[in-house]
Amino acid sequence: MSTELPESAVPPPTGAGESSPAPTRRTFIATSTAVGGAVVAGGVIGGTSFIGPEEATAADGPPSSRVSLTVNGTRRTVTADNRTSLLDLLREHFGLTGSKKGCNAGACGACTVLVDGHRVNACLTLAVRLEGTEVTTIEGLATRGELHPLQQAFIDEDAFQCGYCTPGQILSGVGCIQEGHTDSPEEIREWMSGNICRCGCYVKIVRAVESTAGRK
Amino acid sequence: MHPFSYTRASDTREALNAGRRGGRYIAGGTTLVDLMRETVERPDSLVDITGLPLSEVTETERGGLRIGALVTMSKAAAHAKVRTLYPVVSEALELSASAQLRNMATIGGNIMQRTRCTYFRDVTADCNKREPGSGCAALHGVNRTHAILGTSDACVATHPSDVAVAFAALEARVHLLGPDGARHIPFAEFLLRPGSTPQREHALRKGELITAVEIPALPRPLRSGYLKVRDRQSYEFALTSAAVALHVRGGVIREARVAAGGVGTVPWKLPAVEQHLVGERPSGALWSAAAAKAADGARPLQHNRFKAELLKRTVERQLRVVGGTK
Repeated sequence: MSTELPESAVPPPTGAGESSPAPTRRTFIATSTAVGGAVVAGGVIGGTSFIGPEEATAADGPPSSRVSLTVNGTRRTVTADNRTSLLDLLREHFGLTGSKKGCNAGACGACTVLVDGHRVNACLTLAVRLEGTEVTTIEGLATRGELHPLQQAFIDEDAFQCGYCTPGQILSGVGCIQEGHTDSPEEIREWMSGNICRCGCYVKIVRAVESTAGRK
Repeated sequence: MHPFSYTRASDTREALNAGRRGGRYIAGGTTLVDLMRETVERPDSLVDITGLPLSEVTETERGGLRIGALVTMSKAAAHAKVRTLYPVVSEALELSASAQLRNMATIGGNIMQRTRCTYFRDVTADCNKREPGSGCAALHGVNRTHAILGTSDACVATHPSDVAVAFAALEARVHLLGPDGARHIPFAEFLLRPGSTPQREHALRKGELITAVEIPALPRPLRSGYLKVRDRQSYEFALTSAAVALHVRGGVIREARVAAGGVGTVPWKLPAVEQHLVGERPSGALWSAAAAKAADGARPLQHNRFKAELLKRTVERQLRVVGGTK
């Protein structure tokens, strides 16, 4: 059941995220670095500007489009610069920073999310193309406070070190299991090859995917 | 990324109208968005064609297979008919990119994807394909992954697609739809060698859409497969690759279809290898002798001399795998 979020309620990029009103590491770092004279302009953080509807209609602004999509069960309507990737929409507009920006070129898999149940690279997906779609990110995998089995398996198997690739690995693993490419460790390795782990936790990642698939 | 307008085409006519006005079609977007971010591509207007009814795989009356231009790589690879009739196609697809990219990228977009030449992708480098007349930085640069066949003094970039190698081998045809109507052309005529105009990469006319790739009927039983050799085992472009299809009846090879990837400026059909096979009985010696012709005419560059020998071995190996004789 998705809840409707009116456009005006879409948190600006300075917002703390989906549910927590507390300051986040991002806002803390942003405001900290502003100390010393620099001014953090409302709506511009990390070099990405939030394009509001008023800007969209301005004749000299960059071309923008309105798009409605469901993110982790919540319906969102937003007007975004046509150049905005799904990854930037999630991270900068919705405050969902679980999906990571690694290469920003479709070569590392850190940004992997599910769109209508299929795993895709959010960095190569233009947000304005996602009208009517359902997006699932790492923030939306747990249900009622209970971790998704693959999230739990990553903990049980100790399948990460630095953790940067982990959200993408888990979303990709969920896709891999749904697709049924988990018959052997070799098959899992091949079908998970779109997710790079520079810490080299592949053995344990494969184990986590394998054990989760086996429980299904 | 340069700003661009964005529209969704709700039907083919709308798409063609937008295309005629100079709009760039976008389907999976995995190459286009990447290159737009690098400012290699700077379209003013994108026309989203994913709503068009081009997502079917159908058997043709003649016994071939027609793969709609908007069928994703993952769907095409998983399709039962593709897997049973032309394993070389499903194997080439599944050895390409990653599962995520294959969920996004389409068959039409795949054969339209642009080269991975690092100088093409680097807007500060000289590249005749990107900036005609600026020169070719790869010719005397780091050119280990570049082409040895079909090159010119203007360009030595490889075509990166795997499935296009399978399509070239099988002598597929590309179905097109434009303002002047529908037409189809042989795959061999769809992608263009660089010559003195490397910026011209395909035979599409302005505003024309790819609607499907049709694989012709081939005599059965047909055994086929794809071998890809690369720097890492997965999620990497080919250094060399071989698409092989053989029809053997009564212990004699009646039909042979062979093409190579990773070595040519376009997917490289190997008619000399094919001709050497037809009418012969499968044997290890035959595979070896036929594959010896695979690099005929090769013009290696400073860093890719290894590719000629690697290509011969790749073709020989895949002939053995598909032909089934040691």
